[in-house]
Amino acid sequence: MSEGIENKKVPREPLFSKKNKKLVTEPLADNNPVTIQVLGICSALAITVQVEQGVVMGGAVLFVLVLGNLIISLLRNLIPSRIRIIVQLVVVAALVIIVNEVLKAFLPDVSEKLSVFVGLIITNCIIMGRFEAFAMANKPWPSIMDGIGNGLGYAGLLILVAVFRELFGSGSLYGVKLLGSNIPGEEWGLYTMGYVNNNMMILPPMALIIVGIIIWVQRSRNKSLIEEH
Amino acid sequence: MAINKDSNGYTFTFAITLVVTVGTILALLAAGLKDRQDRNEEVKKQLDILSAILDVDKKKIDRSNAEENFKKFVDLDKAIVLNNKGEVLEGIYDIKGNVVEGKAFDVDIRKEFKDKKRNAEHRNYPLFLGEDEKGKTVYVMPLIGNGLWGPIWGNICLGADMNTIKGASFGHKGETPGLGAEITQNFFINGWVGEKITTEDYSFAPFKVVKDNSGATADSKVDGITGGTITSKGVEEMANRCLEVYVSYFNNLKTK
Repeated sequence: MSEGIENKKVPREPLFSKKNKKLVTEPLADNNPVTIQVLGICSALAITVQVEQGVVMGGAVLFVLVLGNLIISLLRNLIPSRIRIIVQLVVVAALVIIVNEVLKAFLPDVSEKLSVFVGLIITNCIIMGRFEAFAMANKPWPSIMDGIGNGLGYAGLLILVAVFRELFGSGSLYGVKLLGSNIPGEEWGLYTMGYVNNNMMILPPMALIIVGIIIWVQRSRNKSLIEEH
Repeated sequence: MAINKDSNGYTFTFAITLVVTVGTILALLAAGLKDRQDRNEEVKKQLDILSAILDVDKKKIDRSNAEENFKKFVDLDKAIVLNNKGEVLEGIYDIKGNVVEGKAFDVDIRKEFKDKKRNAEHRNYPLFLGEDEKGKTVYVMPLIGNGLWGPIWGNICLGADMNTIKGASFGHKGETPGLGAEITQNFFINGWVGEKITTEDYSFAPFKVVKDNSGATADSKVDGITGGTITSKGVEEMANRCLEVYVSYFNNLKTK
């Protein structure tokens, strides 16, 4: 009884309170969805061959995550708990189809580049993970913040991994040939001195190794992240 | 009255409401956007054909001006449709193999290739005639095949001799970025330019996509893509299967 009365007196939490800001900043580093929560690894391996794809995929996941978190959070008190996972899945699938259709109609070039990745968003564990762990239990505004934070944390890591893989695997960044050209007959830059692209970087295992190195660096800088056994 | 959210009735009602709502939204969206999407596909098809004839990047041709350029370089009135023996059809095959009225540009080779109900003998092979920048006649032949993950397609442009490849363009639905997807890049396409599709006695000269870097010098050989072997092999199979049909048509023309 007394709790209810007290709650009414509490002033509304400001939109950008410390707690809300933390929801955005934490997933960027110390609670990164990929390196700490180890979610969304599958897509991080699949699409980090080129930076551009990382950017586009990051953007698409960010969009779906923010909107999905908002919808799930608005519906959280209505969703029957026995079918909540299916409901979440329907929401993600619907959002992804909407994104895909709109892209096809208005940005056909982007849509072609994304091709299969749009569909892959549905299977991204980060999205279902955040719906289940956060949006189902929080109000809409914090859920949006959480979506932005995790979306950016995911996008940031994708881009970081893709920078290494594209630079050493294809000698370019965002499609720009930085190290010269290795096309037979028109070589220039480093390739004239015998430099060769590392084809290993293009293959999926190197993405895993790079993510591993990033996790290693991150945990050795911040020892509190290391789990105790 | 508080609703019992754990009751079967509530669960069913919620599920049905959700599915109906989402279904309606998606159906409306798809119906509303269909015209725009179809239009985009058509422009893309024009762009694909154009990029086999000339360098669209250099000529600054993109979606916005594809249509006017397409009219300039391709003469759709001269376009014809062949059957799989290289004979000219007076129309196009429908799914049952009857010849019905239809235009070459409207043939959807991707759909026909995928359609299991359509007999392979009843696939249509459109041939587009146009002019290159110097006003010389060119022939553009669309190709369709399978890559590693899904369909791949392309257009090959022959010069007036109906033998030398002048240009090509390739596309894919979802090949691996950085590996198979590189078939759309110039370094791969350049390997095709200058190759001849027939031997000296007018028989078809099948292509081979090779790994040993000999593509640049040897006839009928094209360098494949490292790490994209299956996609490269797919392009090889696609080119050989489709081009053979056109070669028999060209041979009929030449011997007449």
